[in-house]
Amino acid sequence: MSLVITKELIAQHNLTDDEFKKIVEILGREPNLTELGMFSVMWSEHCSYKSSRVHLKKLPTTGPRVIQGPGENAGVVDIGDGLCVVFKMESHNHPSFIEPYQGAATGVGGILRDVFTMGARPIALLDSLRFGGLDTAKNRHIVKGVVAGIAGYGNCMGVPTVGGEVVFNDIYSLNPLVNAFCLGVAQKDKIFLGTAAGVGNPVIYFGSKTGRDGIHGATMASDSFDDQSEKKRPTVQVGDPFQEKLLLEACLELMAGDLLVGIQDMGAAGLTSSSCEMASRAGNGIDLDLTHVPRREPGMTPYELMLSESQERMLMVAKAGKEEECIRICKKWDLDVAVVGKVTGDGILRVFDQGKIVAEIPAKSLADDGPRYERPYSPPGYQDMLTNLNYDALPDVKDANAALLALLESPTIASKRWVYEQYDHMVRTNTMVRPGSDAAVVRIKGTNKAVAMTVDCNSRYCLLNPYEGARLAVAEAARNLACSGAEPIGLTDCLNFGNPERPDIMWQFVMAIEGMKDACEHFKIPIVSGNVSFYNETNGLSIYPTPMLGMVGLIESVDKTMTQWFREDGDDIILLGATREDLGGSEYLKVQHSREQGSPPYLNLETEQTVQSCVLQLIHSGLIQSAHDCSDGGLAVALAECCMSGPGQMRGAVVRLTPGRQRIDSILFGESQSRIIVSAKPAQRQAVLDQAQQMDVPVTVVGAVGGASLVIYVGDERSTTKTVDLPVATIADRWGLSLERRLSQE
Amino acid sequence: MNVGVIVFPGSNCDHDCRHVFQTVLGQSVQMIWHKETSLKGVDAVVLPGGFSYGDYLRTGAIARFSPVMGAVKAFAKDGGAVIGICNGFQILLEAGLLPGAMLRNKSLHFICKDVHVKVENAATAFTEACESGQVLKIPVAHADGNYYTDPVTLAAMQANAQIVLRYCTPEGKVTPEANPNGSLDNIAGIINPEGNVLGMMPHPERCAEDVLGNKDGKLIFLSLLKAMKVKV
Repeated sequence: MSLVITKELIAQHNLTDDEFKKIVEILGREPNLTELGMFSVMWSEHCSYKSSRVHLKKLPTTGPRVIQGPGENAGVVDIGDGLCVVFKMESHNHPSFIEPYQGAATGVGGILRDVFTMGARPIALLDSLRFGGLDTAKNRHIVKGVVAGIAGYGNCMGVPTVGGEVVFNDIYSLNPLVNAFCLGVAQKDKIFLGTAAGVGNPVIYFGSKTGRDGIHGATMASDSFDDQSEKKRPTVQVGDPFQEKLLLEACLELMAGDLLVGIQDMGAAGLTSSSCEMASRAGNGIDLDLTHVPRREPGMTPYELMLSESQERMLMVAKAGKEEECIRICKKWDLDVAVVGKVTGDGILRVFDQGKIVAEIPAKSLADDGPRYERPYSPPGYQDMLTNLNYDALPDVKDANAALLALLESPTIASKRWVYEQYDHMVRTNTMVRPGSDAAVVRIKGTNKAVAMTVDCNSRYCLLNPYEGARLAVAEAARNLACSGAEPIGLTDCLNFGNPERPDIMWQFVMAIEGMKDACEHFKIPIVSGNVSFYNETNGLSIYPTPMLGMVGLIESVDKTMTQWFREDGDDIILLGATREDLGGSEYLKVQHSREQGSPPYLNLETEQTVQSCVLQLIHSGLIQSAHDCSDGGLAVALAECCMSGPGQMRGAVVRLTPGRQRIDSILFGESQSRIIVSAKPAQRQAVLDQAQQMDVPVTVVGAVGGASLVIYVGDERSTTKTVDLPVATIADRWGLSLERRLSQE
Repeated sequence: MNVGVIVFPGSNCDHDCRHVFQTVLGQSVQMIWHKETSLKGVDAVVLPGGFSYGDYLRTGAIARFSPVMGAVKAFAKDGGAVIGICNGFQILLEAGLLPGAMLRNKSLHFICKDVHVKVENAATAFTEACESGQVLKIPVAHADGNYYTDPVTLAAMQANAQIVLRYCTPEGKVTPEANPNGSLDNIAGIINPEGNVLGMMPHPERCAEDVLGNKDGKLIFLSLLKAMKVKV
C-alpha cells in the first residue's frame, strides 16, 4: 500500500502528532493505513484508558475472596462451595444516543460476552440508565428504544434482567447513559483467561461473520458529540441475540472439554484488540491470516477486517491438535468457524492477507504501550456557586401531601414497572427478589446461597461534590445489599464523565476516584472490574459526573433474604439511624424548588458501617420483617415505598416523627444517610431496640403498619395535625403509573 | 418417569424445565437436541420456552421444521403426553399439533409479570391435581401470546372443553382487564381433542418452589405425574 499518511489522516484517526511520532518510533518506520487504524483504536481513550489509568491504579482491587481483579474481561470473586461469581459493568452510551435500540442491545451483548468468555454462565443482568426529561418526544423515543433494545437482547439470550435503576435529568438529553452489568457463575477451577500461551497453538475465529459495521466504534466512543453526531449512525453495531445465544452455548461446551488455552471476545476494536491483547498477556505474538476470516461481503480490506466491530464474534487459542474438536462443536451450534492463525514466540502481531504481510506491530506496543496522560485538573470556577445555598430563602413545605405526591410522580422516584415488565426477569428460575426492592437477589442452584446485586450512583451529589458523591454511592450500594441480607463481596464500576482534556472534568474524575477509594478501603470492598467512559459531552455541555457502581453481595443462607415492603398489619415501624437537616442535592429541592444545589448529605463511614452491621444482625437473628434504605426523596418516600412496593397486598402506616429545631421538609424529604426503615412484630420490639442500642445505632419506634392510608404526624405526642395523610391507593396510582402516563404522550 | 426436554437453537427455558423435573420432582430427564430423530423412549415430552431460531420469522415457524418434530408428532399421535410452554406452545401451533395461531401482544411490548389463570378443565392429564375453577398465579414472559383462532374452531374447542386455562383476576373472574396480551376468550392454555397435548403461555416451571415464593406451577407437573401413575 503506497498511501501517504497525511496530517489529515492522522487527525481523522483521533491521534495527536506526538502519538503519531511514538508510533513511528515503535515501528522504526511510518505505519501503513491498516497499522494506523489499528493503533488509533487501541490507543483510543476507550481501549487504552490513557487519561484514567494513572488514577485507576489507586483503587483497592484485592481481598481474600478476589480470584481475578481488573485487567481481564471481567472480575472474579470466590463465593465458596467451589464456585465463584464473574461480573462486570460496561457503558454503551455513545451508540445508544445515535441509535437507541441497537446501541443498548449491543451493550447488553458485549457485557454478556465479557462474562461467558471467562467460563461463567451468565445468570443476571442489571442496567443503569440516565435519560433527559420525558417532556420531549426525542427523549421519550430514546427511553423506549433503549428499553426495547435491552429487552430484545437479554430476553432472547435467556438471561434475566433482575434490577437496575433509571434516573431522569435534562443534563442527559444529548448524552444518555446506558450502563449494563452482568454476573455469571463458574467453577472456581474452570476460569478462562484471554491469553495466547503456547507457541504453535492454533488461533481460531468463531461466531458471526465479519461485516463493515461498527468500524471505529471505539474511536467514536472517545470523542464528544456535536450537532452532526447522528451522522455517525454507521459506526453503531447491529446485534443478533440469537447468534449470541448459540455462541454462549458453544463457548460453554468448548470450555467443558480440555480444549482451550485462552479465549477472548471481539468487542471494541474487534479482531485487533482480541489478538493483540491475548498475545500481549502471554508475552507472545500471533500470526493472523485474514484470508480465512469469515466475512459478510466480498471486497473488504484488511483495514476494515481488523477494525470491524461486528458483534457476536470470539477468538480462541486452542491446544495444538484440538482444532477438529473445536470446529465440530462450533458447527454443531451453526457458527462460522475458521483457524485464522497461530501463536508465535516473537511478540509480533503479524497480519497476512492473500499471502502478503499487511501489518506487523509488536503486540505489547498496541495493547499496553499506549500513551498515558497525567492530565491537569482543577475545580471549576462555579463549584462554590453550586454548593452555597441559602436555605432561609426557601420556604418550608406548606402542603406536604402535594409535595409527597409530586416526588412520587417524579420519573426518577416513580415505579419503574413500565421498564422492568418488558424485561424477562425470571428466566433461569433463580430470581428470589425481583426488580423493585433495594437489591435484586438470585439463588445459586446447587447451594443454599444467594447473591444480591445493586447498581447505584446519585450523580447530582457527584456534581455538587464529586469526592463525597462517590463515597455516598459506595455507601448506598452497600446499604442496599445490607437491607437485602447480603454482605458486600465485590464491586465493578462504570465511570461516566465528560471530556478529560478539560481540567474541571478531570478534577471531577480524580475526586470521584479518591472518594471511591476511601469508601471501598473503609468497607473493605475490592473493585474487581470496570470501565471508563469519557467524552459524554455535546456541544461543550458535559453530563453530571456519574461514577456508576455495581455491587455484589453474598447471602450465606437463602432463608435470610430480606425485602423492603411491610408484611403485616400491626408491625412496629422502626427507624435505624439519625435524621439531620440534609436538604442539599435532594430530589425534593429539584422537584419543589427547581434547585440542584447545596452540599450533598453528610456521611460518616463509621456510622454507616455500624448501621449496616446492625441491620444484617437483625436479619440474621430473624427479628425483623422488612428493611428499606432511605434514599431519594427521604423518609416520606421510603415509607410510601414500604407501603406499596410489595407484590402482595398494599398496607397503610401511621407514623410520628418528632422534630428538634429542624425544618419540616428536611424531616420528611431530606436525604440523610445511614438510615434504614425496618418493621418488626411487636413481640420483637425490645429485642430490636436492644440490639441497636448495644451497637450504638440511633433507633426510634416511629409508628405501626396498618390502615388504608399513609399518615405521618410531624410533631410531639400532643400534636394532632396529620402532616401527611394520603390513601395508599392514591399514592400507589400516582407512583405506579407515572412513567407509563408520561411515556404515552404523543 | 423419564422426561424428554427438546432443545432447539435458541431455547432458553430448557434448563428450567430440566430443573423442575429432575431436582424438584426427582424424575429422570433427557435433553434431546433438535437434530435428533428419535425421542429415546421417553415417557413425556416438553417443548420449552425461549426464542427458537431467534423468533426472527414468526414465532415457532422455523422450529417446526427441526428433524425432531417428526418424532414429536408421531409420539403425540400415539397418545404420548406433550407439553409446550410459551415458545413451545407457539411451536405446537405452527406444527399443527394444536389449533390456532399467536399474534403480537396487544400492547406490542414484551410482558413479564405474574398473572392469574383459572383452571377451566381439571379433568386433563395436565390439571388433574387442581380443583376445577382453581385460580393459579403463574408468570408470563412473552411478546407473542395473543392467541387467535377462527370462530368455528373456537366453538369446537369450547364444546370439547379444550380450553384448559384462562386469564382471570385473582378472584377468578375472567375479565378483559385480567387479559395480559389480548388473547381470544382470555385463552392461556389449550389441549388437543385427544387430551394428550397441552400448550400454555404462562411458565409453570418458574413457580414450583418455595424459595421462589410461589409453588402454584408445580400442580401442572404433579398432574402429569399423577396421570402417569408416578409416585412423588
